[in-house]
Amino acid sequence: MTDLAALEILITDTGERFACTPGENLLKAMERLNRRGIPVGCRGGGCGVCKIRVRRGQYTALKMSRAHVSAEEEASGVGLACRILPTSDLELQVQGSLRKSVLTQRARTPTSTQSS
Amino acid sequence: MAQSPVLRPGHVGLRVLDLESAVVHYRDRMGLQEIERDAMGRVYLKGWDEQDWFSVVLREADRPGMDYMGFKVINVAALNALERDLQAFGCKTERIPAGELNHCGERVRFTLPTGHSLELYAHKEYMGNGLGRVNPDPWVEGIKGMQAQRFDHCLLYGDDLDGNIKLLTEVLKFDLTEKVVDGELIVAVFLSCSNKVHDIAFVRHPENNKFHHASFLLGTWEEVLRAADLIAMHDISLDLGPTRHGITRGRTVYFFDPSGNRNEVFCGDYTWYPDHQPITWTADQIGRAIFYHDRKLNENFLSVVT
Repeated sequence: MTDLAALEILITDTGERFACTPGENLLKAMERLNRRGIPVGCRGGGCGVCKIRVRRGQYTALKMSRAHVSAEEEASGVGLACRILPTSDLELQVQGSLRKSVLTQRARTPTSTQSS
Repeated sequence: MAQSPVLRPGHVGLRVLDLESAVVHYRDRMGLQEIERDAMGRVYLKGWDEQDWFSVVLREADRPGMDYMGFKVINVAALNALERDLQAFGCKTERIPAGELNHCGERVRFTLPTGHSLELYAHKEYMGNGLGRVNPDPWVEGIKGMQAQRFDHCLLYGDDLDGNIKLLTEVLKFDLTEKVVDGELIVAVFLSCSNKVHDIAFVRHPENNKFHHASFLLGTWEEVLRAADLIAMHDISLDLGPTRHGITRGRTVYFFDPSGNRNEVFCGDYTWYPDHQPITWTADQIGRAIFYHDRKLNENFLSVVT
């Protein structure tokens, strides 16, 4: 059921759409609807995992880590989905991806890293 | 192995994006006591059962993460000797004057091979836990939220784990208690300066000076469950748990502060003595080592850091 007040969010990379209530951040709306288009990390603007670029639409951006989004990037529509509150329908692209730790990479491919 | 002149992790300096929401998190949700604020706007907190003035210092900044982790050493003579030993090891040290952090004595700061700032200090003013020292009651009334007793350890991410191990074991006389290996390569290591199974831990990671979590002690598994209830009640960002670690045997739940710094509250790890032998976990059993029940790797837990 679609809430009349809900905003429509389109992830252009996947064609996936989900609804976001005004005042709710993009990531929370996506998680609430059990969608998986944007990677989920700390949900607090700190880890940079949910980095996106807004291609179309209006939003309010809350403070996010400058280690992951520069002022220039922010001005050009890049942000962290957990810090972006849409005020209109939005189209976005997912940026970057989870940086894998050595532990993850190695544990997943144990035979390819060490011969003994 | 001799006992280390380093007593324990005494404080951690954390950067947060918004100070007031961080204070609500650490004070009202985790149950630390807000002690005071300084002229620079930093907020000092402590767990109810900690004796010294503070163990957590929050600072507002444009990016979250850890500024420094401080260890208390047994006395000034030990502080001076450790400073000399660090320099002899080839490590540059810096003296931070007494009072730069309120109620804290002079600190000797140095940078680990993984890029993290550690500091040593011999003095911090005594506050007590509010129970007195003659015929005390067992606990303090009116503590909020998860009722964390004290700051316990940090897990940090960086590339030169071997350098960290060498410095911490050879110079600061920490013991290596547990490690995760992939063949010969150490991918995670747990180190103790005390009877705790870890006072600091590291995971190998291509980017240096990254912060995985700061951990706080609870009394029982029931309290860990209650902490998870509070995480749900207050819509705090949950990472994982409640569950059991294979490594250290800790019973644990992980979550994030409002700026994305990961926290842990835990109970029930085991006692370490310096004559014990280290435990090794192999990469093929890594799931079980980290999350004993699920026996599965969790990508966010391993790779999300600030």
